[in-house]
Amino acid sequence: MTASTDPAAQKITSVEAITEGLDSVGYIASHRIATSVFIAQNLTKPILVEGSAGVGKTELALSTANWLGLPLIRMQCYEGLDESKALYEWKYGKQLLYTQILKDKMGDTLAGTDGLDAAMEKLHGFSDLFFSEQFLEPRPLLKALRQKHGAVLLIDEIDKSDEEFEAFLLEVLSAYQVSIPEIGTISATVPPLVFLTSNNMREMGDALKRRCLHLFIPLPDEKLERRIVTSRVPGIDERLTRQLVSFVQMLREQDLKKLPSISETIDWARVLMLLNADTLDVDMVRNTLNVLLKHEQDFAAIDKSIPELTNKAKRY
Amino acid sequence: MQQTLTNFLRALRSMEIPISPAETIDAHRTVDAVGFANRTLLRDSLCVALAKSEEEVGKFDECFDKFFTREEFRDRRDEESRLPEDPVDPELIADSPLAQLLMEGSESDLAQAMERAAGASGAANIRYATQRNLFNRRMLDQMGLRQMERLIAALNRSETSAGTAAAQRLESAREYLFEQAQQYTARQFELYAQFAGEQLREEFLVKTSLSAVELRDFQRMHRIVRRMARKLATRYNRRRKHTRRGVLDVRRTLRRNMAYDGIPFETVWKDTKIEKPKIVVICDVSQSVAAAARFLLLFLYSLNEVIASLRSFAFSGRLMEISDILEHKTVEVAIPEVLEKIGFRPTDYGQAFADFDDEFMDSLDRNTTVMILGDGRTNNTDPRIDLMRRMHDRSKSVIWLNPEPEPFWGTGDSEMQRYRTFCHVATTCSTVQDLERIIDDVLKTYFRS
Repeated sequence: MTASTDPAAQKITSVEAITEGLDSVGYIASHRIATSVFIAQNLTKPILVEGSAGVGKTELALSTANWLGLPLIRMQCYEGLDESKALYEWKYGKQLLYTQILKDKMGDTLAGTDGLDAAMEKLHGFSDLFFSEQFLEPRPLLKALRQKHGAVLLIDEIDKSDEEFEAFLLEVLSAYQVSIPEIGTISATVPPLVFLTSNNMREMGDALKRRCLHLFIPLPDEKLERRIVTSRVPGIDERLTRQLVSFVQMLREQDLKKLPSISETIDWARVLMLLNADTLDVDMVRNTLNVLLKHEQDFAAIDKSIPELTNKAKRY
Repeated sequence: MQQTLTNFLRALRSMEIPISPAETIDAHRTVDAVGFANRTLLRDSLCVALAKSEEEVGKFDECFDKFFTREEFRDRRDEESRLPEDPVDPELIADSPLAQLLMEGSESDLAQAMERAAGASGAANIRYATQRNLFNRRMLDQMGLRQMERLIAALNRSETSAGTAAAQRLESAREYLFEQAQQYTARQFELYAQFAGEQLREEFLVKTSLSAVELRDFQRMHRIVRRMARKLATRYNRRRKHTRRGVLDVRRTLRRNMAYDGIPFETVWKDTKIEKPKIVVICDVSQSVAAAARFLLLFLYSLNEVIASLRSFAFSGRLMEISDILEHKTVEVAIPEVLEKIGFRPTDYGQAFADFDDEFMDSLDRNTTVMILGDGRTNNTDPRIDLMRRMHDRSKSVIWLNPEPEPFWGTGDSEMQRYRTFCHVATTCSTVQDLERIIDDVLKTYFRS
């Protein structure tokens, strides 16, 4: 890989550069997150990102692509996803047309030959176009490998795919190449930066884990979350930010079915901004709490302590 | 530096973070990329490369901090024990390099010497807490302690004021050395062996009869059982669909290719679908199995964590469904709650089966496996063999796991011999190992069909 054709290698020079770069596109990365991107680039390894929903796993890949100016190729995993949807598919329609043309031309081409043997020989002389790259419809994985200047490949929610698919990914992830039986092996011009995200729906296989760097994104602490809100919701009042973040932090200490994560905090901040709030008050919190809590039980559990939590948060 | 990294990886392994040779290479490449200079960077980089789950990240951080904190305590000597006295006459201690080191060398010299001695005496091979003194002694001998002790004795005998003063200084220095060495071996032990003893204990527990396991090992058992349950689940929970390559489904192929004028562009292959295991567990928690009940429930709890479609029931006199309790509460709360609600009363299998028949018999179908955990001791009440037969007829298979050894079956109030007629499998299951084997078999039958 040469520096001139690979923006990733050019920009990823140190951990600090990554932190700043991601900051410039609005993603506040902790030291560990930045380090993992750095190591991923240096060791040419994919990153397996884990963490509960809404902590910014997918966002990390989007922001990285945005910062590096690389195309983002996204593959959403689901049960039943197979190679014809992930890797490549033949363009059947065109292949069909091709056979039609072939049939028409066959008579002309073989006109001068005498005997079946000679005709067969002539036929074998033509290159086999039927299974060639022209009829190949690239799907996300192949597309990512064929980008000239590298790409960011996001394999989203890998835990939702089947085990077979996981095994099938191994070749792509470790050697950055794919094998197509009819054509051969296609390897990457510039290895893409690969992010896999997982919600821990199921335990990933050891083989996959071994090939990846592991990054766990926890729920952020108060300071980090304030920075994230400020960066994501431009123009928000500083005092309101402090109050709402401390409210969310307190909420996370309660026994809730689904703890609010960063994306919920950001949504809530946006809602409060729209309502022109400059400080929290009990009624407003109660009316907008459905942005933070997604379960009826959670709502009921927290309803009584809303005034107390709000007043505590207002001290900030 | 390479040795340091290798030792660190060993320390990680002893903390039960698996590090394969390939990961060792990764670790070295990582260090090549980031260097040793920046501590945070090194920690985060290695963590990203080596720890593979949230749990391991925690362990990694702990291990990293423990491993790379050697320098800190050594500096204390500056304030505490270095006395503002005249230096000892160098000629008096010329015979003992260790004494020289203690009197004149810097902290880091001493640290290095200790490190070297530790390496030479194989301190990293420490396994048990009782070995600490042994390794301590070996290390100190390696550093030349005996020589120094002879020197102290000689100085004491010399009866010159300079000699006794030097001997005193050396003695206090020796104290200091002991202390440091002890701390050093203690940390070596923590790093390399803390979990070795634990592993030994776990290996033993796996083979112990459930009724003999003590309550204080409950946490440990929970870990073992949960690990086992997870292993079984990852092995079986995934393979739901498995394509039999090579058998063409002609009907579906023709249908799918109607649009292409019947030219088979897309082929459809026959595949076998594998059902999810549907398991109903009925667990005896009465007086007669009191000792084992806690662990049977523990097992049930872990199984419930990994198998989605599991319904569990517990009984002693009456029967109740405990799926909800196991599902929604933590293990520390759930098991005592079940035992309190229903446990430790006289057994009545007949009544329990009748209760099951009333409410839940309908849920059994030809895909269900019924698993009964109990000793089959009915307290001389009606065993209700007819209900047992019904269960047998309705379900795919009935498996009875009995904590008693087979020769005891049918003795006294045990109706096991009569019950076993209606079981597809009836077997003794007294240890965790047995449990694992049996569940493995059960799941296998599902995935073969």
